[in-house]
Amino acid sequence: MWFPSPADARERLSAVDYLADDSIATSVFLAGALGKPLLAEGPAGVGKTQLAKAVAAATGARLVRLQCYEGLDEARALYEWNYKKQLLRIQAGTGQDWDATQDDIFTEEFLLERPLLRAIRSETPTVLLIDETDKADVEVEGLLLEILSDYQVTIPELGTVTAVRKPYVVLTSNATRELSEALKRRCLYLHLEYPTPERERDIVLAQVPAIEAALAEQLARTVATMRALELKKAPSIAETVDWANTLLALGRTELDEATVAATLGVVLKHASDQARARKELAL
Amino acid sequence: MSLLDRHVGFVHALREAGLPVSLAEGLDAARALQMIDLAERESLRAAYATTLVKRPSHRPGFDTLFDLWFPAATTGLYGPRPQDGPDADELDPETAAIAELRDRLSELLLGADGMNDFARAMVERFGRQPAAPGRQNWFSYPVLRALSPETLMARLLAEVLAGQERGGLAEKVARQRIGENTRRFEEAVSADVRRRIAEDSGIERIARSAVRPPLEQLDFLRVTGADLARLRREVHPLARRLATRLTVKHRLGHRGRLDFRRTVRASLSTGGVPLTTFNRPRRPHRPELVILCDTSDSVASFAHFTLLLTYALREQFAKVRAFGFVDTVDEITRFFVPGADVVEAMTRLTREADMVRFGRTNYGNAFERFAERYGDAVGPKTSLLILGDARSNYQPPALETLRRLSRQARHAHWLNPEPVSQWDTGDSLATAYGGIVPMRECRNVVQLAAFVEELA
Repeated sequence: MWFPSPADARERLSAVDYLADDSIATSVFLAGALGKPLLAEGPAGVGKTQLAKAVAAATGARLVRLQCYEGLDEARALYEWNYKKQLLRIQAGTGQDWDATQDDIFTEEFLLERPLLRAIRSETPTVLLIDETDKADVEVEGLLLEILSDYQVTIPELGTVTAVRKPYVVLTSNATRELSEALKRRCLYLHLEYPTPERERDIVLAQVPAIEAALAEQLARTVATMRALELKKAPSIAETVDWANTLLALGRTELDEATVAATLGVVLKHASDQARARKELAL
Repeated sequence: MSLLDRHVGFVHALREAGLPVSLAEGLDAARALQMIDLAERESLRAAYATTLVKRPSHRPGFDTLFDLWFPAATTGLYGPRPQDGPDADELDPETAAIAELRDRLSELLLGADGMNDFARAMVERFGRQPAAPGRQNWFSYPVLRALSPETLMARLLAEVLAGQERGGLAEKVARQRIGENTRRFEEAVSADVRRRIAEDSGIERIARSAVRPPLEQLDFLRVTGADLARLRREVHPLARRLATRLTVKHRLGHRGRLDFRRTVRASLSTGGVPLTTFNRPRRPHRPELVILCDTSDSVASFAHFTLLLTYALREQFAKVRAFGFVDTVDEITRFFVPGADVVEAMTRLTREADMVRFGRTNYGNAFERFAERYGDAVGPKTSLLILGDARSNYQPPALETLRRLSRQARHAHWLNPEPVSQWDTGDSLATAYGGIVPMRECRNVVQLAAFVEELA
C-alpha cells in the first residue's frame, strides 16, 4: 500500500515540498491503490518529473528512471547480454563442449539489466519514472504496454521474470506526440496545468523560504498574466522559482515595471516572447 | 437513484457526448470509487477524471456532465434553504438590495471564498422564470443582467490600484485576475442553471444539449469567437504535434546503408567479430510544401486555422511556401518567418497582403494569377495543398490551369471544410475541381490530423 488516502498523499507530498492539489493528490493515491501506472501530461515545467521524484521521496522508495529519446530500443530500456564478457567466457573455457558453454553464458552473470527490468526485479519498493514517453518511438510503446499490464518480462534464455513487488509507475509526456489509445487506456491520466496563482505562491514560498509573502504573491500573479499572453514558451514553475531567487539576490522587495524589465530574461527565453511581453505589459 | 445506476448513467452520458470511455476504463472508475471517500465531492470528481478522461480537450464536457450527475447540493430547491456557516446572516441573498449584492460580488471577484454558494443563491433569486403552472424555467441571462459582473471591472481596478499609475503592469495583472474570476462566476451560474433544469426535467434531456463537442471535433466553419481564441491556444501545440509526426515518419522506415568503417572499428574491441553493426544515417526526405489558402470571409475561421497550421509547418520545414487568395493571389510566406510572433503575423497579414481586389472569391482568377506569377514554385518535389470551399461565385473555373499545376507537382491535395453533403450545391465546384485534385472533407482537427498522417 503506497498511500492510505488522498489526504495522506497530499500531506506526505507536501512534507517533501511538493504541493499537490485535489486532483493530483487523488490521482497519486489511486495509482498506488489500484496498482496502475500514472500518466502525467502537460506543458514543460509544471512539475511532472518532480511529481515522480516526490512520490519516491515521500514513500522512501527507490527511484528508477528511464529517460526516453528517439531511437530508444529494448537493449537500452529492458536488458542486454554482456557480449564482451560472454566472449571472454567462451575463450577462457576452451575445451568445454558447446552445451555447457551455452548454459554458462546465458546466466544472471552476463545479464545487463536496464531500468525496466531493474524496476521489475527490485525487491524493495520502487518508483519507476518513464520520462518524456512522447519522445520515444512508437515501438517502445508496444514494449511498455506488455510490461505495464502484467508487470512481467520474458527473456528467451531465462524465462519469464515477474515482478516481486509491483513498482509504482509514473509516465510523463509533453504531448508533442499523441500516445496510443491502448497505452492511455492502461494508465490513470493526470493532466497537469500551470498552477493557480495561489498555489504557485505557496510553491514559491516553500522553495524559497527567505522571500516575503507579498512579493511571492506579486510574482505569482505577474507570471499568471504572462502565461495568458500568447507566448512561444510560457514561464514554467521552475522559472518562477528562479525569478524569486533572482529578486532575492538583487535585494528587491517590490516587483515594479523597472524590475520586471531588468530581469525579464529569467522567465522568458525567446527574443520574440520578450518583445511581446514588453509591449503587452507596457514595460 | 442508486450509486451504481448513477455511475452507469454517467458513463453512458460521457460516451454519448463523444468521449471514448472503454469498458475497462468504466471498471477502473468503479474500482476507484471504492477506494475514496464519496462524500468528498472534489475527490470524486478527480477519481472519475483520472480514470475516464485521457485528453485535456475532453475535460470541459466531462465537468459539465459531472456537475449534472453529481450535483453539489441536491434539492434545497423547494425546501427551506440550509443556513451555510456563521456569516450567512450578514447578507441575505433573498432580500438584499442589488447594490449590496454587487458589493459582495466585487469581493468575490477579488478572490474571496464562496463564489459557488453565491452563484447558487443568485440563480435561486434571479434565474427563475415561470413557465407552465407548477413548472419553472431557469436561465442564466437574467442573473448576469441583474448583477452585470463585467461592469464592475472599472470600479474594482480603481480599488485595487488605489492611486497607482494606470496602464502599467499592475493594472494588467489586476485586469487578468478579475477577468478570470468573472469568467468563473459566469461558469458557476450556468452550471447551477443546468443543475436546476436537470432536477426539473431529468438529467438525460439536458445532458444532450449542455455538452459542446470536444475541441478536436468542432466544425471549423461553425466556431464562435470564443472558440477561436481557445482553438488558437490549442492549435499551436497541435500543429507542432502534427509537424513532429511528419518528421518522425521520415526518420522511421529503412535504416541507411552499412557504415563499414564504423562497424570494423567497433569490432576491434570484440576481437574482430562485428557484433554491433552501424548504419549510415538515411538522408531525410523533406517534401517541399506549397499551400494555397482561400482567405475570404466565408471560410474565415477555417482560413485562420489553416494559416496557423501553415505557420507551425513553416517553423518545422525548410521549404514551405504559402499563398493566400480571394480573387487575386499573394505570397504570404514572408509573414511566417521562424521565430515571428504569431498574433502579429496574422494582423500584418490581413493588413498588408494583396489578396483582395473585388472582394468576391474567384478561384479561377486566383489560379490563373498563381500560375502566372508563382508557377515555378510548383515542381516535381512539391506537394501542393489547396485549402478552400471551392465556391467560386459562378466565375470561370480555370480547370485547365489547375490541371497543369497539379501535373507539375509531385502530389496535390485539396482540403474542403464543407461537409460532403453540401458539395456541388449552389456555386460549389467541388466535383469539377475534385476530379483534378483529390478533394477531401476536412472539418475538424481529427480529420486534419488523419490527413497529415497520410501526407507524410
